[in-house]
Amino acid sequence: MTETLSFTDIEKGRIEEIKSLYPDKRSAAMPLLFVAQEKLGHITDSAIEWVSEEVGLSPVHVRELVTFYTMYYQKPVGKYHIQVCRTLSCALLGSKEITEYVHNRLGILSNEVSEDGNWSFEQVECLGSCGTAPMCEINDVYFENLTPEKIGEIMDAIEKEKPDLRYSTLKDKIGEGLANYPKSSNL
Amino acid sequence: MTTEHHKVLSANLDNENLHQLDTYISLGGFEAFKKALKMEPAQIIEEVKKSGLRGRGGACFPTGVKWSFMPTNSDKESYLINNADESEPGTYKDRLLMERNPMLVIEGMLIASLAMKAVHSFIYVRGEYAFPYERTKDAIKECYERGYLGKNIQGSNFSHEMTIHRGAGAYICGEETALMESLEGKKGQPRLKPPFPAGYGLYGKHTTINNCETLATVPWIIQNGGEAYSKIGVESCPGTHLMCISGHVNKPGIYEIDMGYPILDFIENEAGGIRNGNKLKAVVPGGSSTVVLTAEDCKGVNIDAESLKAAGSAMGSSAMIVMDDTTDMTEAVLNLSHFYSHESCGQCTPCREGGHWIEKIFARIAKCEGQETDLELIEKVCGQIGGHTICAFGDTMILPYLSIIEKFKDEFVAKIKKSNSSKSLLDRRALNFELGAH
Ligand SMILES: Cc1cc2nc3c(=O)[nH]c(=O)nc-3n(C[C@H](O)[C@H](O)[C@H](O)COP(=O)(O)O)c2cc1C
Ligand code: FES
Repeated sequence: MTETLSFTDIEKGRIEEIKSLYPDKRSAAMPLLFVAQEKLGHITDSAIEWVSEEVGLSPVHVRELVTFYTMYYQKPVGKYHIQVCRTLSCALLGSKEITEYVHNRLGILSNEVSEDGNWSFEQVECLGSCGTAPMCEINDVYFENLTPEKIGEIMDAIEKEKPDLRYSTLKDKIGEGLANYPKSSNL
Repeated sequence: MTTEHHKVLSANLDNENLHQLDTYISLGGFEAFKKALKMEPAQIIEEVKKSGLRGRGGACFPTGVKWSFMPTNSDKESYLINNADESEPGTYKDRLLMERNPMLVIEGMLIASLAMKAVHSFIYVRGEYAFPYERTKDAIKECYERGYLGKNIQGSNFSHEMTIHRGAGAYICGEETALMESLEGKKGQPRLKPPFPAGYGLYGKHTTINNCETLATVPWIIQNGGEAYSKIGVESCPGTHLMCISGHVNKPGIYEIDMGYPILDFIENEAGGIRNGNKLKAVVPGGSSTVVLTAEDCKGVNIDAESLKAAGSAMGSSAMIVMDDTTDMTEAVLNLSHFYSHESCGQCTPCREGGHWIEKIFARIAKCEGQETDLELIEKVCGQIGGHTICAFGDTMILPYLSIIEKFKDEFVAKIKKSNSSKSLLDRRALNFELGAH
């Protein structure tokens, strides 16, 4: 991954499109931060400068957004970022066991990245999937009704298939996901 | 045994292609919008007022009344915002609507925009909802392509733009003024009210914010009439709603139920009762920011705004979290206090600092390291938060804390007793020091 942002003509068109969706292009700061993160993996100084120039906000203002909103990463995360929900409904049904499993399997704790850079882990708050608890989100895809065995199988499958689990703001599209696992379970 | 409930929102949800325009239209979609196109804006608002519909975002505010706050002749533009930030623990109904029936959401927004003469509407979806976002975004795209959005919709003189926006992981952006700040490209920190959004909202324009489910209910009301809707459920809080249930029940999920349905029947019939044949211990009735009810409290209480209010709690966001008798309430409240201390936007000191300290105290009680004065201390800090912050986050976060302490006091006292008997004076003093409570 490079430190500087460069875009193809198609991508530049998409960026202009995003800016035109709002009455004021300042509103595009959040989606453009997603664009930068998609390119760089996390939000760097140059990403902040680029967004601030695109939307006409000062860099310090854009930095405030990066520190306020948790979905912008201030340092690199793994290729697959596992976010286990820890809030009440998930906790009542065993989110702790899921977290333990991931800790033990990867040998990493919260907000750490595995040595090979493939995985990182984070405990997050309610993801709106409480009826299918416990659950986790890997990149941008939900995995629900988990057990330690099931998360184990999912991680095996990810290591084998290397699926795209990300929402691409540039392509305006969510990745194909993992075969055999729906993007959203029947609620 | 299950009771028959009306299907206002969930009628065609089993159709897998419902998110596509043709399927939606073949099932009667956009008929209500076409009807509304022939109505005067005031007439639409009148119909919604008549229906008695109350907002599903948490405050149960009458929707028609809210719409009537929008000016009818102003030089400034009007906007509509669909609040789909859905981050209240226990709540996942807007997600269902956006994933399975995004056209209904769009149709509701179009009718609301006609009523309030809004030129542009926005859907603010929480950032983690990538799939619901994509589904709804694709639906918007299809509506533009087929003349249901954009200039001169369906040959009428009504033009309307719609933008869907992703949040980036902040609970507070569900609060309507924080949402507008966020949509303007700022940190999501609530604004002082007044001015109210209808006068000075998004980018200073006239703005109405409604919950996603509220808006999705509007097409049925226009199609069938406000009066027909008002006859469903109970008079003070009519209609149906999507009730989320999670926790220790056999069949968690979302059920559309008529207002006024007894809590215990809902848990027993729809949700299949408590798991493993256990006993019911506690219910969070309306999303985590509501007063917790004990099994005893639930007797005779119905799921509607007034009945829950009479029971000392609230409808909130129609999200029930059920706990059975294996639940340690000191752990449950600790879990929630972590949520609130993490999600405070940091703007107001009582909420930012108080929430954090309360979590620490709950943590030491749960670990059997609590102090005799801890419960009093928590109550005192709660008293310093409630009513002293810009938005309702602080006011509502203390509701589960205080009610859980009050209703399950024995559990807290027992753990505190255990810690006092097992710790030396020196240890206790060290803990006190750590907490700054010396
Ligand atoms: C801390 C806080 C969080 C909120 N979160 C949401 C939310 O996620 N979704 C929502 O619709 N309303 C939420 N609300 C309520 C909104 O401020 C607003 O009242 C609501 O969206 C209005 O819609 P309604 O009239 O259709 O209910 C929240 C309020 C507060 C104080
Ligand atoms: S509590 Fe885990 S998704 Fe809601």
